[in-house]
Amino acid sequence: MKLSARLIAPLAALVLAGLTVTGCAPQTSDTGATKDEKSGTLRVWLFQEVGNKPKERVVDAAVAAFREKHTDAKVEIEYIPVETRAQRVKAAFNDPKSAPDLIEYGNTDTAGYVKDGGLADIKAEFDAWGEAEDTDPTARQSVTVGGGIYGAPLFVGVRALYYRTDVLKELGLPVPTSQAALISTAKKIHRAKPGLYGLAVGGAYTYGAMPFLWANGGELAEESGGTFKAAVNSPAARKGIEAYTSLFGDDNCPAAKCASMGGNATVTAFASGKAAMAIGGDFSHSAVEEGAVKGKYAVVPLPGVAAGSIAPAFAGGNNIGVLKSSSHRTLAVELMKSLTGKKTQAELFDAMGFLPTYTDVRAASAEKQPFVAPFVKTLGAGAKFVPASAGWAQIDASLVLPTMFQEIVSGRKGVAAASDDAARKMDAAFSSAG
Amino acid sequence: MTNDTVSADTAPGSALRPRTPVRAPARERRTRRVGAGGWTPWLYLAPALVVLGGLLVYPIYQLGLISFLEYTQAQVSGGQPTTFKGLGNYATLFGDGEFWQVLLATVLFAAACVVTTLAAGCALAVLLTRVRALPRLALMLAALGAWATPAITGSTVWVFLFDPDHGPVNRLLGLGDFSWTYGRYSAFTLVLLEVVWCSFPFVMVTVYAGIRAIPSEVLEAASLDGASQWRTWRSVTAPMLRPILAVVTIQSVIWDFKVFTQIYVMTNGGGIAGQNLVLNVYAYQKAFASSQYSLGSAIGVVMLLILLAVTLVYLRIVRRRGEEL
Repeated sequence: MKLSARLIAPLAALVLAGLTVTGCAPQTSDTGATKDEKSGTLRVWLFQEVGNKPKERVVDAAVAAFREKHTDAKVEIEYIPVETRAQRVKAAFNDPKSAPDLIEYGNTDTAGYVKDGGLADIKAEFDAWGEAEDTDPTARQSVTVGGGIYGAPLFVGVRALYYRTDVLKELGLPVPTSQAALISTAKKIHRAKPGLYGLAVGGAYTYGAMPFLWANGGELAEESGGTFKAAVNSPAARKGIEAYTSLFGDDNCPAAKCASMGGNATVTAFASGKAAMAIGGDFSHSAVEEGAVKGKYAVVPLPGVAAGSIAPAFAGGNNIGVLKSSSHRTLAVELMKSLTGKKTQAELFDAMGFLPTYTDVRAASAEKQPFVAPFVKTLGAGAKFVPASAGWAQIDASLVLPTMFQEIVSGRKGVAAASDDAARKMDAAFSSAG
Repeated sequence: MTNDTVSADTAPGSALRPRTPVRAPARERRTRRVGAGGWTPWLYLAPALVVLGGLLVYPIYQLGLISFLEYTQAQVSGGQPTTFKGLGNYATLFGDGEFWQVLLATVLFAAACVVTTLAAGCALAVLLTRVRALPRLALMLAALGAWATPAITGSTVWVFLFDPDHGPVNRLLGLGDFSWTYGRYSAFTLVLLEVVWCSFPFVMVTVYAGIRAIPSEVLEAASLDGASQWRTWRSVTAPMLRPILAVVTIQSVIWDFKVFTQIYVMTNGGGIAGQNLVLNVYAYQKAFASSQYSLGSAIGVVMLLILLAVTLVYLRIVRRRGEEL
């Protein structure tokens, strides 16, 4: 009895101490920076691309230019794998001490990262930066959230129509110039060549489907006074959804196979010669060049509803932002300008084929490389962006739109019911994101 | 001498009768000790309790706590303050039709998996006792191979085997380019087969060991009395195996209710339009894919309560029959 009492007391104290140390509430980190040091080491996370060497050379040159002006500062670049970026960035937000000063991020993540409190608003510096005046408006929109600017665009990515020149020639079909012609051409090809998808489409290929919706005058969501309301169930949007989902079926791309495909799967199908047409990005160019169809294909802008028009494309791409937790804000912004400036973007295009975000630099690049012409033309016709709300990150992650397309193409729901459901889920995400 | 009692009466529970007189004095001793020094057993238990408390109670406490908060990525990284939501997450969850569909699918799928696994495991265990050494070794090795395969590898291989374009199964069965993962039921069937494949060995090996432990005199007596194979299993083997069957059933229920890897890998995160979601994958999609940690925690708590209830009910049934695990 005596012995046990003597043991229990310290034991209880130990347990209590353990509880106090670990804390009884879930963790919340403080991402706000308190300092702005003018020397020291800047840490940068960039994405590791397939064939990253040319990118490294361009980045090294940009860093060298930065260090000429700021001799006290050191720069550490780390290339992080694209597949695990979400975890890495979340971890950086959660633990500001080990977080970098600058990160590259996909532009659909902007609003989500801002809501997470991870990115710093650099509007003042961005507006005062001369080169930024030539930034194309869609790219500028991709770093803008609620009036603030949270980074600088690094490159844009846009999708267009890849088609097999040999197949169209053999069947005597013209290159489609309207959405209706695109759909009928796809079906004609599949009828003549059942082994080929006419146009490879995917139920999970949100950004390949968006142009159909936008071309019909639909919108993903409409903004009024800072809040978003889903518009995927408007009559115009439904027309676009109907046009896209009409491509799933035994007369073009069988639903049993195509319902689960995403963007990469459709491009792979085209590159390996299993599809006569596909919607691919300028960033897919090298994958297609390495495939079986090299030399047998061409690219045109994806046609819109009216003959000869271009369907609005989704303006993807990456930005570089300064983290709110950075203790070297001024230096970090200077480095960001160097990494996303006109000179670096022009070099990055030559090295990697990434389209510049400055209209003048992009025009100059298109003259050098003819393959980007249809993509530049698509951008020139007016590309569109996803709703700049933190709700979008959640809509994207919880697969609201792929679910909608898959419900329709598998025949589980009609266009009206599926789009109503999707709109309801989107509204819930927008309202919870505030 | 105890064998006489058993072979005379093959009714359920009779096998335990001889143990009763042995147990009685043990119980008396226990009562006496509690009266004398109540602290001593706790002292011996303390190290285990501290480890359990740290590794089990504290995480569950955190899970419960988070499920009452508004806790998403914005709260974790400090973009917004953490707020108390009360039962808000549970209200959202129970108000969502998808949750009930997923729950129903999970219960039915787990039930089908448990029944199939137990049936396959018990049948093969009985088979093991009937065949010669070489086939027995082959069957054991095959089962242990399936058991030792990591779930993610097994799932990937199964998806490849049933692939519509390149899979050998469709070619063997002459199914053409039938896609197993497109239809809801065919996808669930495919996953069920994989789950059964990787979990029947545990049932088989455990039940086989149990059968081997049954005294051969009992079985001999049953056959002398003219009992058929089925009757022997029903009236002799199964009752004597009941504690073992109880353990493997509870284990299977818990495993199959929590199935994650197979669904996640084979149906690509929950199937077309989420048709193959089960609770664990659903919780993952909510908590980690869309960073709604508090909603995911609420799903976790609901799962925990359901499994606790299932286990308690089962234990009660077993106890009422006068047996202990």
